[in-house]
Amino acid sequence: MHRSFGRKEKKLPEAVIDLEGLQALLDSLTIRGYTVLGPTVRDGAIVYDEIAGVNDLPAGWTDEQDAATYRLTRRDDSALFGYAVGPHSWKKYLFPPQTLLWKARRSSGAFEVEEAAPQGGPYAFLGVRGCELAAIHIQDRVFLGEHPDPTYADRRSNAFIIAVNCSTPAGTCFCVSMGTGPRAGPGFDLSLTEILEGDRHAFTVDVGSERGEELLSALPHMPATTEDERSAEAVIERAAGAMGRSMDTDGIKELLYGNREHPRWDDVAQRCLSCTNCTLVCPTCFCSTVEDTTDLTGDNAERWRSWDSCFTLDFSELGGNNVRTTTRGRYRQWMTHKLASWIDQFDTSGCVGCGRCITWCPVGIDITEEVAAIRETQEGSRHGDT
Amino acid sequence: MVGPADMSGPMTPRIFRVASKRRETADTVTLAFDPLEGPQIELRPGQFDMLYAFGIGEVPISMSGMSEGSVLHTVRAVGAVTRAIYDAGEGDVFGMRGPYGNGWGLEDHPGADVLIVAGGIGLAPLRPAIEHVLAHRELHGKLSVLIGARSPELLIFQDDIARWQARLDAQVRVTIDVAPSEWRGAVGLVTELIPRVSFDPGRTVALVCGPEIMMRAVATDLMDLGVASDQIRISMERNMKCAIGHCGHCQFGPEFVCKDGPIFPYERVESLMRVREV
Ligand SMILES: Cc1cc2nc3c(=O)[nH]c(=O)nc-3n(C[C@H](O)[C@H](O)[C@H](O)COP(=O)(O)OP(=O)(O)OC[C@H]3O[C@@H](n4cnc5c(N)ncnc54)[C@H](O)[C@@H]3O)c2cc1C
Ligand code: SF4
Ligand code: SF4
Repeated sequence: MHRSFGRKEKKLPEAVIDLEGLQALLDSLTIRGYTVLGPTVRDGAIVYDEIAGVNDLPAGWTDEQDAATYRLTRRDDSALFGYAVGPHSWKKYLFPPQTLLWKARRSSGAFEVEEAAPQGGPYAFLGVRGCELAAIHIQDRVFLGEHPDPTYADRRSNAFIIAVNCSTPAGTCFCVSMGTGPRAGPGFDLSLTEILEGDRHAFTVDVGSERGEELLSALPHMPATTEDERSAEAVIERAAGAMGRSMDTDGIKELLYGNREHPRWDDVAQRCLSCTNCTLVCPTCFCSTVEDTTDLTGDNAERWRSWDSCFTLDFSELGGNNVRTTTRGRYRQWMTHKLASWIDQFDTSGCVGCGRCITWCPVGIDITEEVAAIRETQEGSRHGDT
Repeated sequence: MVGPADMSGPMTPRIFRVASKRRETADTVTLAFDPLEGPQIELRPGQFDMLYAFGIGEVPISMSGMSEGSVLHTVRAVGAVTRAIYDAGEGDVFGMRGPYGNGWGLEDHPGADVLIVAGGIGLAPLRPAIEHVLAHRELHGKLSVLIGARSPELLIFQDDIARWQARLDAQVRVTIDVAPSEWRGAVGLVTELIPRVSFDPGRTVALVCGPEIMMRAVATDLMDLGVASDQIRISMERNMKCAIGHCGHCQFGPEFVCKDGPIFPYERVESLMRVREV
């Protein structure tokens, strides 16, 4: 039931590129018309934005993360990808925070609706982590189902994805528990593993698609050797052993469905501020609201869709009341959806173990800790009972 | 770029004109809608449309019937959008998209006794189911219709109810929570009507729509009488911004009310209905 995105057939990396090769990769994406997006340092965090070249990447930076804590510090090397994930996720490009859906204009006793054509892109994403690629696959299930979302479908099908296998998980990471990393894939066009050995700074390259292959063949590259393969594997293995957090997902759906009245919800409600941060930074959270507006003449209307959060009171408005008036109800909705109902709805967990919600929660609420607390103290607990 | 219906995005409405309007109560009207262009929306009983009032907003509204090819929607004015629909006159235009939701699924129960229980505006989505059974009487067992309203002047579809009551092949009962002295009918909660009609609990399908607390009470009484919980269908209401399972607002446990419902076998939602704030 819980799909694993992290595993794939182990095979030889196809090629090795150096820093020049990486720059050439970005250049050829630009020449092909892609807007290249990748990690860059801004206001004390590593965020995703348009990058002109290798020089814009966070060389020599890493991120220290813990509950309610995020700090950039220097590494003792010049790694370009030596950190985990920051406050942004690729969701802001595929499912933009605000989207114009259509405009309408009054004319002769009726009105006409003009759909907004999908805009933006094609995008190339550089530095997509295993957890993030899994998150994209999860949002695919939401937005590319029976009623495909035009903007998402357009941006997604045109996106060129360059994954980077994690070398430096953060203190809040638990992708291994969720089966989404640290090895990225499947679903990338190219996947890089950064190798820093003495003076050597290179990237092994895995090919995941025809267009990835086509792009690679146009770059200066070397075939990967067995040593290169070993180095890349060692990076991923080290990362897998360096998870800051873990979550026991065994029977998690039944655990949460069976504990809707657990006292731990009251406990977390005492701490949670209902600030919505966790939902905004989460790469899989997809809830939205719509706003219908008119201009001053009243003859031109627009419909905008924007990110919404189940932590707001309005979210559950119904007949002049609200279904979820308490923080207890809202936190329970969020976590139960993420880890349990998501499985019924989309045949996958809604959590990829990226740790963002833990890092960016102002009061340090930790989803792994909340699950563990319920597991330890549930009625008829496997661990508590004998 | 106004594309043909099948090419447009899932959130894009088509334009419909109000063909006629009927006042039901002081705050409720029934409007008949025809498309300006393109085909009519074809809804099964229990399904709903998203109705858009220009520049104001969009709301889910159940199909309350078909009349001479027009789709009927019965709307109670409770807020900005429903007020705008309520205020509409013949010839006014609205955006509309649909059909959404699953419908009552009466066709899954050929020959069964049909018990319909409605509270307030909840009669609107049940009206087409009642008309369907009456029009295909031979396909169903006994038909019972139990209708509750807070007061006589809040009763919608009064002409229809009179017509249904005149049928010899249906048991139609109405009750009023608090009745004025001139009310000659039953007084009390709609659950009190259940013992007054005859149906075979072992072969009955019950369709229930009204406030959640009423649906729970009806379901509990019916189960006590021996109606199986998977034979009881209730119509759920939740906030909805898209009706296509994208916006997340209508979640009810694992269910998206917009696409997995709005009609659910009681069996499937019974445990959720007992938990607050789901
Ligand atoms: C599947 C489905 C089918 C539906 N079918 C119908 C239908 O056939 N007919 C119909 O009339 N409605 C139906 N509804 C309910 C309808 O969608 C809501 O009444 C509507 O969305 C309200 O929108 P609004 O903008 O008018 O009010 P809002 O702007 O959402 O509400 C404004 C204010 O109105 C007041 N208000 C809202 N609701 C109530 C209430 N119930 N009682 C008292 N005050 C209230 C509150 O003060 C609220 O703040 C259905 C809902 C669903 C989910
Ligand atoms: S719930 Fe938290 S850890 Fe899981 S995917 Fe969302 S932000 Fe990442
Ligand atoms: S869990 Fe933390 S981030 Fe999420 S709403 Fe509560 S306080 Fe905000």
